[in-house]
This record gives sequence, structure tokens and C-alpha cells, in this order.
Amino acid sequence: MTDLDVFQKETRAWLEENCPAEMRTPIRGDEDMCWGGRNYKFSSPAQKQWLETMAAKGWTVPTWPKEYGGGGLSKVEAKVLAKEMHKIGARSPLSSFGIWMLGPALLKFGNEAQKLEHLPPIARGEIRWCQGYSEPGAGSDLAALATKCEDKGDHFLVNGQKVWTSYADQADWIFCLVRTDFNAKKHEGISFVLFDMETKGVEARPIKLISGKSPFCETFFEDVKVSKDNLVGELNKGWTIAKYLLTHEREMIGGQGEGVARPLHEIAAGLLGLEDGKLPEPMLRAKIAEAEIDAWVFGQTIHRKLEEAKAGASLGADSSMLKYYGTELNKRRYELMMDASGHEGLEWESERSNGGKTARDWLRTKGNSIEGGTSEVQLNIISKHILQLPGA
Amino acid sequence: MALVLNEDEKMLQESAEGFFADKAPVKALRALRDNQDETGFDRTLWKDMADMGFAGVMIDEDHGGVDMGCMAAGLIAVEMGKNLTASPFISSAVLSATAISKAGNESQKALYLPKIAAGETLIAFAIDEGRKHAPSKIELTAERAGNGFKLNGSKAMVIDGHVADQLIVAAKTGEGKTTLFLVDPKASGLETERTIMVDSRNAARFEFDNVEVNADAVLGEIDEAESVIEAVLNVGRAVISAEMYGASAQAFKITTDYIRERKQFGTEIGRFQALQHRSSHLYTELELAKSAVLASLSALDTGDLKASDYVKMTKAKVGQVAKLAGVEGVQMHGGVGMTDEYDIGLYLKRIRVTQELFGDTHFHMEALAKAAGY
Ligand SMILES: Cc1cc2nc3c(=O)[nH]c(=O)nc-3n(C[C@H](O)[C@H](O)[C@H](O)COP(=O)(O)OP(=O)(O)OC[C@H]3O[C@@H](n4cnc5c(N)ncnc54)[C@H](O)[C@@H]3O)c2cc1C
Repeated sequence: MTDLDVFQKETRAWLEENCPAEMRTPIRGDEDMCWGGRNYKFSSPAQKQWLETMAAKGWTVPTWPKEYGGGGLSKVEAKVLAKEMHKIGARSPLSSFGIWMLGPALLKFGNEAQKLEHLPPIARGEIRWCQGYSEPGAGSDLAALATKCEDKGDHFLVNGQKVWTSYADQADWIFCLVRTDFNAKKHEGISFVLFDMETKGVEARPIKLISGKSPFCETFFEDVKVSKDNLVGELNKGWTIAKYLLTHEREMIGGQGEGVARPLHEIAAGLLGLEDGKLPEPMLRAKIAEAEIDAWVFGQTIHRKLEEAKAGASLGADSSMLKYYGTELNKRRYELMMDASGHEGLEWESERSNGGKTARDWLRTKGNSIEGGTSEVQLNIISKHILQLPGA
Repeated sequence: MALVLNEDEKMLQESAEGFFADKAPVKALRALRDNQDETGFDRTLWKDMADMGFAGVMIDEDHGGVDMGCMAAGLIAVEMGKNLTASPFISSAVLSATAISKAGNESQKALYLPKIAAGETLIAFAIDEGRKHAPSKIELTAERAGNGFKLNGSKAMVIDGHVADQLIVAAKTGEGKTTLFLVDPKASGLETERTIMVDSRNAARFEFDNVEVNADAVLGEIDEAESVIEAVLNVGRAVISAEMYGASAQAFKITTDYIRERKQFGTEIGRFQALQHRSSHLYTELELAKSAVLASLSALDTGDLKASDYVKMTKAKVGQVAKLAGVEGVQMHGGVGMTDEYDIGLYLKRIRVTQELFGDTHFHMEALAKAAGY
């Protein structure tokens, strides 16, 4: 038996013993995901127990070093863990912008004190983070951001506004892009700072979306004092960190394209039934087959790209490719789901429709190709950094 | 499944890359076409490929091969695809070698495999009959006659059939029963028509009129060929997908090179975002196609239980991506894309043939949906 076989065996046994039965059922929606944070209300004791057990093992962030709350696993070990979790249908113990976005950036660009202060609480799900990038005048053109950050000697003073800040009303801390030099070229006057959302002068106002939900906010900063220890990297060098973080965000968002636990054709068969062993609508059936093939091929591509990259390393511009394809595929999948659902999928409030779940989920996917940089922006990045086309 | 090449595979890929670029570039195909070459490929090249071990890639060492498997065959095919290399690799070294290895008895293996590996004998695999690939609807019949069988019916789209030394012929031997036969193309009652295809490559049609074969011409079990045929076809589908990916990737490369240079409105046309976005989309699709090809080849080699599904998904997907690469390639070239002088049209043509071979996208989508029960 190789070391890896031993690891697999032990992992399987450990999961079998420690993963509560309730945490082995498919996630039905946002309410079943565990986001953690100071004010987080666990949806069940099992959810809390699962988070704490996994965090104690460092397995909320399996590849992070142990001193920062991680499991210190190698890439292949982490893959084994993921596989074993998948086998028993174990839910992810923690969903977190800290894990997907800030963590990788701090590991690469943070100083030792920052890593020790911020990474372990992320790993344990104690501090929930939000992302302060977009502004009313800086969306696709992110580097046009204008939130002002002034050096006041012993601290920074931040004034300005962010928008589309996901979960700003529930987050404990924010990682924020600010302008620290208004005279430099737009990419060269940006810094990357961290601060507590409870700091005086921070206000988050939820925005209602087409899905009827309010997962993101307008966020205002009025004379917000930020400790100088919370500058990540060098002053005016924040753009590099911002971009690096985005590659991780894109990888994560694109990953949704791999699909849900249940294949589309099964869902459609459940909704429409079968006639002579076939879905009753031949044109829809063909599109479903196509989408399922694409989902498999896309999954293979994610695996290949992760295998090609070094453990924990960013995929660089290829993350744009995954983000672009994965989000467009996910949108396609939900369009087909709506097609298969017929008028029942259009119900918005009834109990029968679980409060309009299908329609609301469908609407949510429209944001996939906007958040984290639009599809068009991803195509621009591929043209520039991979194809190196002129003027891109 | 291994999606990243190991050291041996990388070495093979590099040597194949150099070999085909050097010995069989696109202009070699043009020469064969323009000279109306009788054989349709270069026999010296085929001998060289055999010397490189390429012809014996699917054949075990006891029978003169190098036994490297599907991944190796696929990597070779990618390079052939890039260069539009004409050779009997798919027909003889992949399909027929696999069929004989899987189904043949010891004397058939000893007789044919070493010669296939050495590039001395060319065996073509005759399966299709109608316009479309339909291996479950074989109508050519083989009836028992005396000590052997009598074959009646027709075959079409038999790649390299017109220069084959032997044919492997799939015949119906009863309701829902299929048998494979080794047939000499010179046998009496067998008529051959060479069909030069749109890609300037070779195929043939055959008419069987009471063609007699001996009992020892049977390859594998009588009446039981269906699963062997499916297994052989799946290897063929994976390898042709690899070739198709190679051709598409190269079509994409020459197209992006072109739009970087060509100027209109006082600037390179590659500056136009409309073309940039379509190129980036195509890049993404090609990356997906590559993953599918590698996953399928690897699954076949490791005997993955789902390999057959993977291969079908791959043939379906790569067919679509390749079509896009060909179509976009011509469009982005503008008028010169329509000329015989530019290579992009040759890629469009080869891609069309590889799309059709062993089942197109629609065929495999249908098969997958049926198999999944919807
Ligand atoms: C669900 C969701 C969650 C989000 N969460 C966060 C968050 O937590 N934190 C945060 O900071 N931001 C967040 N965002 C904001 C997101 O990053 C921006 O919406 C996005 O970058 C687009 O910017 P914009 O909305 O200003 O659109 P615009 O930039 O105005 O784009 C409008 C349209 O123009 C196109 N376009 C713009 N520029 C170009 C170009 N150069 N070439 C071609 N087409 C172009 C775009 O592709 C788009 O189709 C979120 C967005 C959504 C939808």
C-alpha cells in the first residue's frame, strides 16, 4: 500500500465517523450553505458540528499550511479528500470569500503578521469577508475606481462608495481596492486594504435583485479610519494583488459549470416523463444531450488545468477561459431547466414551486456571466494574454 | 484518467511532431492530389512511419509491434491532423490491427500483425454501407456455402480500401447476428470503386456478388462480432477525434497568425474586437476538445468502465468544435480563404470528413441519450 492509499483509507474512515448524516444530503439552496462569521446563525446543530470538526482538522482549507489553520495536504491528497467527500455526498463545511478569494491572495502577498491574524479565522469560519472592488463608475473598467484613501500619518482615511458588494450586510470584514494616488496612471495608484465592517463610517444598503433576493449591497465609506497594518503588499501596488485574486474568483465561479448533483436529463424526465423511453420533446432532448456532453468535457478541462498547474498556484489567464465557459454553460443549463419546467417553473410564490425556486435560481444564473468580470471581459483577457492579438 | 502527458508520452509527441512536420507537411498532400497519385498516400512515408514504430502502435511486442496503446496512437494522430498527413494509419494500424488483436486466432495474428506493424500489409476495415454510419444496421449478408461462406451486398466509405491487401468485412449472419471476415479484395465477384473524397484522401466502395470465402476467413466468433466491432470503432473514434483536434488546432493557429498580419482600415484586423471575441471563444472550445480527447484515450487504455460513453461524448464534442474551427477559419481569412492556394480550405475539407467518420455529432448524441435512458 502506498502512502496515498493509506491516506485514502484513513480519510474514508474518518469521514464515515465524523460527517453527520444530515450533512450528507444534497444542498437545496443558499440556505443549506454554511457561510460562517460573527453573526452567523447555523441552520442546524449538524451544520455547526460539521464546520467545527472539519476546521479542527484543517480541512475547510485542506492545502493551506497548518500554521494558518489549513490541513497542510498536498494537491493529490486534497484531491483524494475531495473524492472521498463526494463519494458519501458530504457537503462542503464552509463557503467563504475568505477561502476562495482573499486567502490565496494573502498567502502570496500578505506579510507574516497579516497571515497569522486573518487566515486562521477564515479557516475556522469565524470571520466572514466581502469584496469591495466594483464602484458605480468602475465595473468592467475596474481600474477606474475612485474610492479615496489618504495617508493621515498613523492611519489611512477612506472615503467613497462601492457597489454590488455581495453579502456586505452580513460580512465582518472587507478586502477593498482604494485609490492612493490620483496623479499616477490608473493601474498604478491603487492599493489593497482590509478593514472591519463595524468600523465607524461604513454603511451597507442591500439592493433588491430580479430574483427578489438581496444578496448584495451598495457600500458607503465616510471617513473610515484604517490601520496602516492593514495595507496588503506595497502602497500603490494593489492592482497586481487585485488581478491575482480575480483569477481565483473566476476559477471558483467557472466551476459551477461542472454541474449539479443530478444530471439535467433526469430532472427533465422527472418533470416531463418519458414516452417510449424518450423525453417527449425531441428538440429539447437534443439540447439536453448537448449540454450534458459539454458539462462532462468542461469538467475534464477543469481537472486538466488543475493538474497542469502547481498546487495552489493560480491558473492565470486560463481562469478566464474556465470562467467564461462555465458561466455560459450554467446559464444554458438553467434555460433548459425552465424549458422543461413549463408554466410550473414560472410560479413565483406558491408552495408547489417552493417559493418560485426554479425561476429564482434561473434568474440568479444571469449574474454568473457578469460577476467577477463579464464574459466579454474574459474574452478580452484571452485575446490579450493568451492569443496576444494586437491592441487587445 | 491521466489528463497530463507523462515523460514517455511527451517524448513520443515531440518526435511525432518533428517527424510529420518534416516528412509529411501540407504540401505533401497537395502533391499527392495534384499528381493524381494512384495510391493516394506516399508508400515511402508509410515505411518510415513503420520504422518509427507508428504502424505497430496498437500491436503487442510478440507480434512485432511496440504496444503503446490508444494514448500513443492519439498523439500520433494529432500530429497527422496538424499536417493533414495522408497515410493508412487509421485504417490499417488502428482499426484493423485492433480488430485482429482483439478477435483474431493465433495463426491470424501471426500472419497479419507483424506485417501491419512493418507497413508491409495494408488491411482496411469495411463497416459502413449506407450514407450514414450505422454499425447496427449491417445488411451485407454472409451465408454458409459448402465449407465456407458466400458474401452478398455492398460496403462504402472504406478508408484506403482501393489499395488494401486484405479487407475486414462486417457481415450479417442471421437476425441480429454479425460476423467479421477477412476477404481478399481480388476475390472473384468483388468489385472495387475508388472514391476520392473532398479531402483528397482515399476511400472505396465495394460490391459483393457471391464472393466466396473459406471458413478460416472468419475473424473471431461466428455471429458474435457486435461487441468487437463496437470496441474497434471506439478506438477508431477516439483516435480520429485526436486527428480532428489536431487539424482544428492548426486551422486555428494559421487563422490567428493571419489576422495578426492582414491589414484593413489601416490596422491589423486582429485588433477588431468582433474577431478577438470569436477567436477567444474558439480557443476555449479547442481547450475543451483537447481535454475530451485526452480523457477518452486515457480511459480506453486503463479500461475505464465508462470509456465507451467518454469516447462518444468526445466524438460528438470534437466534431462540433472542429466544424467551428474550419468555418471560422475560412470566414476570418476573407476572400483568400476561398482560394485553393491557402491551406485553410484544406483543413475545412479534412475536418468535414473526420466529422463524418465512425459517427457524427448527431449519431453519438442520440446513442448517448438512448444509453442514458432518455
Ligand atoms: C451577482 C453579482 C455579484 C457581484 N458581487 C460583487 C462583489 O462581491 N464585489 C464587487 O466588487 N463586485 C461584485 N459584482 C460586480 C461585478 O464585478 C460587475 O458588475 C462587473 O464587473 C461588470 O461591471 P458593470 O456592472 O459596471 O457593467 P459594465 O462594465 O457597465 O458592462 C456593461 C456591458 O458592457 C460590456 N462591456 C464593458 N466593457 C467592455 C469592453 N471593454 N469590451 C466589450 N464589452 C464591454 C460588458 O461586458 C457588459 O455586457 C457582482 C456582480 C453580480 C452580478
